[in-house]
Amino acid sequence: MLKLKNINTFYGKIQALKDVCMEISQGEIITLIGANGAGKTTTLMSISRIIPPRSGDITFMDKSINEMSPDKIVSCGIIQVPEGRRIFPILTVSENLDMGAFLRKDKSGIKKDLEYIFDLFPILAQRRHQPGGNLSGGEQQMLAISRALMARPKLLLLDEPSLGLAPLVVKRIFETIIKINTEHKTTIFLVEQNANLALKTAHRGYVMENGAITLSDTADNLLNNEAVKSAYLGI
Amino acid sequence: METVVAGIKSSFKNIYTGVWDFINLLIARSLRPEELKRSTLTALWFMFLTFPILVIKVNTVDNVINWYWARVVYLGVTVYFVSFFWRYFLEVKEHGIKAALDADPVDTSIADGLTDNGQMGALSARLMANKKFKTALGISLCAFAVAFPFMFSMYQTNIMTNALMYIVLGLGLNIVVGLAGLLDLGYVAFYAVGAYCYALLNLHFGLGFWAVLPIGAVLGATCGLILGFPVLRLRGDYLAIVTLGFGEIIRLVLQNWNEFSHGPSGIANIPRPGFFGIDLSLKSSIIYMYFIMIGLCLLTIFVVNRLQHSRIGRAWVALREDEIACQAMGIDKTKIKLTAFALGATWAGMVGVVFAAKSTFINPESFTFMESAIILMIVVLGGMGTIVGVIIGAFMVILTPEYLRGIGEYRMLIFGATMVIMMVFRPQGIITSVRQKYKIMKDKT
Repeated sequence: MLKLKNINTFYGKIQALKDVCMEISQGEIITLIGANGAGKTTTLMSISRIIPPRSGDITFMDKSINEMSPDKIVSCGIIQVPEGRRIFPILTVSENLDMGAFLRKDKSGIKKDLEYIFDLFPILAQRRHQPGGNLSGGEQQMLAISRALMARPKLLLLDEPSLGLAPLVVKRIFETIIKINTEHKTTIFLVEQNANLALKTAHRGYVMENGAITLSDTADNLLNNEAVKSAYLGI
Repeated sequence: METVVAGIKSSFKNIYTGVWDFINLLIARSLRPEELKRSTLTALWFMFLTFPILVIKVNTVDNVINWYWARVVYLGVTVYFVSFFWRYFLEVKEHGIKAALDADPVDTSIADGLTDNGQMGALSARLMANKKFKTALGISLCAFAVAFPFMFSMYQTNIMTNALMYIVLGLGLNIVVGLAGLLDLGYVAFYAVGAYCYALLNLHFGLGFWAVLPIGAVLGATCGLILGFPVLRLRGDYLAIVTLGFGEIIRLVLQNWNEFSHGPSGIANIPRPGFFGIDLSLKSSIIYMYFIMIGLCLLTIFVVNRLQHSRIGRAWVALREDEIACQAMGIDKTKIKLTAFALGATWAGMVGVVFAAKSTFINPESFTFMESAIILMIVVLGGMGTIVGVIIGAFMVILTPEYLRGIGEYRMLIFGATMVIMMVFRPQGIITSVRQKYKIMKDKT
């Protein structure tokens, strides 16, 4: 579904991604794990072209998306949930959700999706008239994921959904991620620091170090890989 | 209706007892040792610092020194009270009225009855919720607006027209600064574009006011786009500097390009708007101008209100909050920012046309940075992102200096002091953004 070929991304003179190649097929949950500063977030930013790569090819559903602007990428169906949630604090919950459907014009479809989301996270329905900034961290993460779902993603890019959340809330969020994947066949690309949890959720995984992919395998194999165990799982 | 009347009655009673208790508490507060000490110290400092300029006066003709001791006493007393109230109001602002008077626990029973502030708020909220009251208020406001030019002098009508022009300018800038969060210090440039658009088109092609009004709007929007493109990547201070430069460029071009704009001597004899081909006397054309501005104001309020609650309006707010999140939602940053600049500049272009028609003479001196600063002041003072706030702000900023003309050279001093005090005690503006009111009302349900 999504193919990355020799992606090189720079921040000024500093190279953040070095010849990154990846492949994601339809319906999968893929995870990308790695240490701080490995280039995980940059990979997502390169896919959504908020930080456009300097060289390399990205194809999505057999179509090159190299020249597209970020909003065109979103209209293709690649939606990113940015790191640190980044909801709009002074817009209300329902306004936040409506921002997710910014490019959509089908009112009935939006309404149906809204109902689906309120079903998925009932707490958001209760708080729909509150400003997003008043929500707790976990609720904000739910809102951020829901906001992305409002855009009807074909591929959902999740950046550190467990960041700064209590273990129970993290569990809830990850259950929902699996639910979204099974119910809607939404392909999910999950970037995580919490390697253990990420590998238990995903089907396949990539390991990134210093801007380059060093390992790729099925999630189960990675969980049992000695190098991964010592470096990321702390076993 | 009965409940409202009963509510008003009981609130009046409460206010009466409340005011009495309030005065008692205020006196109690002023007698606290630390309050006495701080006010006295402040007063002494002021007396010491201003001593040379206030008290000693050298009379060079007679070679004697006059000592004005009384002045230092007046100053001391004034500063004593000002500093007392300054601290009191700061504390009220930080911790609420009760805490400010309650810090010394003399008797809390009195302070408990002191809720007239809250009751006033509840009363006004109840009144606003009452539909009859709302329509009554609306109708009386409309009647007042219609009757205004016939009730008051030409001078009053004229400054009111001026205030209305600044309301439209403020609402236009409010789109750029208040909603989209792009600090634009060169807004007056679009105003100038509109004014010169009418003056020049009329001079060369004889086009009338009503024909040029839409042209001015379009030209304003176009200039907004032209300014928008180079500054898309900028934010905050850098954006402010570039827009400031843009404003100055337009003014300097108008000042120096003699063949085009007649330079500093300006363009005179710009015709006032015609009324279906009838030539109006000066008096009736002032009234006509007033009604044109009322109409333009209503149009602006309607359009801005619709914009604010549309998806584009929310995208502006969202873009101000978080650009990356916006991009992740598929919002085209470029397009949204450019619409903000263009839609903001449209109003300035229109008011520029009105300004040229109203004053019948324009030159580049009318479009200095000071104008941009005044419009920005209206937006910030009134409350960024609120329509009612901008309207109140425009009335305050434009009308106060006019009404203060009676006290001559002190008027700008008082005006400046008001601005400083406003910003200390209500930095968010007179009217806080409606969004923040939302949560308090809906939380209960």
